[in-house]
Amino acid sequence: MDPVWGFVIAGSLVVLVLKLAGYLIPQRLVEGPALSRVAGLVTVALLASLVVSQTIGGDDGVMLDSRVPAVAAAGVMLWLRTPFIVVIAGAALIAALLRFFLGIP
Amino acid sequence: MSSHDPELIRAARAQGVQVALAVSLYGVSFGALAVISGFSVGQTMVLSLLMFSGASQFALIGLIASGGVAAGFAAVASAGLLGIRNGLYALRMSPIVGTGWLKRLVAAQLTVDESTAVGTAQPSLAANKAGFWTTALLLYTGWNLATLAGALLGDVLGDVRTWGLDAAAAAAFLGLVWPRLREREPIAVAIGAGFVTALLLPALPAGVPILVVAALTILLALIRHRQSPQRPPREEVS
Repeated sequence: MDPVWGFVIAGSLVVLVLKLAGYLIPQRLVEGPALSRVAGLVTVALLASLVVSQTIGGDDGVMLDSRVPAVAAAGVMLWLRTPFIVVIAGAALIAALLRFFLGIP
Repeated sequence: MSSHDPELIRAARAQGVQVALAVSLYGVSFGALAVISGFSVGQTMVLSLLMFSGASQFALIGLIASGGVAAGFAAVASAGLLGIRNGLYALRMSPIVGTGWLKRLVAAQLTVDESTAVGTAQPSLAANKAGFWTTALLLYTGWNLATLAGALLGDVLGDVRTWGLDAAAAAAFLGLVWPRLREREPIAVAIGAGFVTALLLPALPAGVPILVVAALTILLALIRHRQSPQRPPREEVS
């Protein structure tokens, strides 16, 4: 079987079990400011790490291409409170146009 | 406060509809990206139906798309780490959802950023319930329909790079982290995580840098907590 199926199912079950755990475990046993802080900061750190690896990651580690200006533009759009779906489509459009018209990789 | 004020319940439902519709659209980009990154339409739909948590879904497909099967473990681990906060939301939603195992089972699967944000922001228990269920059910339906539409669209589009969809993936993560960057601590952590990732990318196999970042962040959060224990968390409508 395609090993990707294994990762899809395993990942889905892990995420589902974490949600269920919150309904099964008595609140007083686990909820504390430490866990909340860890979860909050881990979420931010992983998403920030993914922004960077998806923007400059390449086959040999780092590759700078049209993704960089596109993501920078996405940052400006988010700062201007543009709706998410527009930000994502805008970033795709900018990268596609840079590649098609200017030949930037 | 009247716990069955119809005005409060109406307002909660209206907020839920608004949030769910806006966020559902996002599923189109997930579906298209997943399929174009090499996931089948079936795998893409299982992620939206079973995993049902945007950040975890994007992380899993993003890491496998760039690192292949070798990054599978990192992909599952990252999806799981991003899912921890849903477990914390569940703790908060548990008394609001109430009793009945089937209802709690369904509620568990639907406990994500948006449903928790709407389901804890209302002025009465009945309004919280109404807000949670409206957001949760509409978002689950909308997110999955949007994922399917995106997946079918992705099947037609073909190459990721021609359409700039690799940039869209990066922008998606930026959009997910953005609403969480309102205070100094998360902003500092985000910048630090970005720098560490950039430094490690050329040195380590795909998928490993994010695990290093996760481990460092857990350590940092625990140290910071010992130095200055503080404030309860809050949800953001993202």
